[in-house]
Amino acid sequence: MSLKTSKILGSAALASLLLALPAFGQEVAAEVPAAIEEVAAIDTGDTAWMLVSTILVILMTIPGLALFYGGLVRSKNILSVLTQVFAGFALIALLWVTYGYSLAFAGPTEGGLSAFIGDFSNFLLGATGPDSVSGTIPELVFVVFQLTFACITATLIVGGIAERMKFGAVMAFLAIWFTFSYLPIAHMVWSGAGLFFQMGALDFAGGTVVHINSGVAALVAAIVLGPRLGYMKEPIAPHNLVFVFIGASLLWVGWFGFNAGSALAANGTAAQAFLNTVTAPAAAALAWALGEKITRGHASALGAFSGAVAGLVAITPAAGFSGTFGAIVLGAVAGLVCLWAVVTLKPMLKYDDSLDVFGIHGIGGIVGAIGTAFVADPALGGFGAEGYALGGQLVTQVLAVVVAIVWSALVTLVALLIVKALFGGLRVSDASESDGLDLSTHGERAYN
Amino acid sequence: MKLVIAIIKPSRLEEVRQALNSLDVHGMTVTEVKGYGRQKGHSEIYRGTEYAVHFLPKLKIEIAVDDAIADSVSSAIRDAAQTGRIGDGKIFILDLLAVTRIRTGETGASAL
Repeated sequence: MSLKTSKILGSAALASLLLALPAFGQEVAAEVPAAIEEVAAIDTGDTAWMLVSTILVILMTIPGLALFYGGLVRSKNILSVLTQVFAGFALIALLWVTYGYSLAFAGPTEGGLSAFIGDFSNFLLGATGPDSVSGTIPELVFVVFQLTFACITATLIVGGIAERMKFGAVMAFLAIWFTFSYLPIAHMVWSGAGLFFQMGALDFAGGTVVHINSGVAALVAAIVLGPRLGYMKEPIAPHNLVFVFIGASLLWVGWFGFNAGSALAANGTAAQAFLNTVTAPAAAALAWALGEKITRGHASALGAFSGAVAGLVAITPAAGFSGTFGAIVLGAVAGLVCLWAVVTLKPMLKYDDSLDVFGIHGIGGIVGAIGTAFVADPALGGFGAEGYALGGQLVTQVLAVVVAIVWSALVTLVALLIVKALFGGLRVSDASESDGLDLSTHGERAYN
Repeated sequence: MKLVIAIIKPSRLEEVRQALNSLDVHGMTVTEVKGYGRQKGHSEIYRGTEYAVHFLPKLKIEIAVDDAIADSVSSAIRDAAQTGRIGDGKIFILDLLAVTRIRTGETGASAL
């Protein structure tokens, strides 16, 4: 039949279907009320979005972070980095499900240690099943979403200890650090009973919990481990900046799940966080590139990639609280400050944070956490709560930052000393380090 | 017999190959090498850490030739590989004691 005829017939069919709907509705309506009670709590749109966000954050770690770090080390060590991130992810995932979620989010809302840590009431997720609800999503989705945050936080530290640490020691250290630094800080910031939550500290997606936490840990670990053989004497250049590019891009794209997913719903806040996650790193990447061009003569590829990551880190605590313009400013500031931290501060203090975890995540996280006080200000286009006061919020943010820094540093130090005793030393032998960890630790070559 | 070893800039390989072809020299071995002479290296910067890179990429060409044409081969390589700038490379000529063609077992000049 002709197009016109089929259109008419189609419209007629649709119209008759629509007219029949009320009849359908009336038949079904009687059975719906009972079911609605249970199902109404779950919003399938929110749930679908959160499942996708979870996947995006997983991609940030494997292969995003793994490749970002992998390309930055020498070719003889790339497998060791990939393996530490991959195995670290697997390890922390299991620990999270076993006791991590419980200690971070379960427990009494007041009394005892509830301000600092939860309890074991949800050990092995005994209290959470497929029908448990958290907000508008199944609680299990929240469990997995938060799992991905724990995993990436721990594996971020790998960057500070790259190319010289025993594999078993890395795994043991991550397990201890996760338990005594990540879990308490996550609880303090994100659990209703937590100290910082009660103080009113703003951390939308984990600037403190993830970035300051891991950045400081990496710094302390880098100092305790000591520098790589030949550091500052011979060139230790990235062996594959193309991997760094792929990793940085996966981090950026995955970060939409990290920030916008932290809205825990598919709504306007998620949309603002999403937009901020585009603009802040964009501003930061260009700011770093420009800063580098002016001070060093070249705008480098690595600088642009690193700048973007710095911007992503800085906007993390502010993602859902900042207006669009605030995000751009915060990103640009982070780009410049982190450039300074990596290029000037690190050589000045002479620590070998191999892959600049402190310079980008630590410093970027601090810039972001403090910057959140400013960009959340409704007067600056932000979405701070009612009765928002810039001065008070600034003090709160700084306080939370300082506590997190001190706590993470202390836990890292103690954890390393324990692991050092358990493993008879943290570093591989000089010969193994020279041969490269791929060969000496894993018995493999990445490139044949 | 002589072994001619030439270190040249990588961008000159095709010119050298064509020049040798026109001299009826049809075999050579090429290796990627690093080295320096009077050409200074350059510096590379990664996240603000500057590295002096002393070694520059070059190509090493090895050709086994008859005594009679060793000099003309050397001149041909020089003409083809030259750019006039520092870093053009060097040519070495060594005495070659013996040559064997693996497929047939021929030795000496007929194996060249």
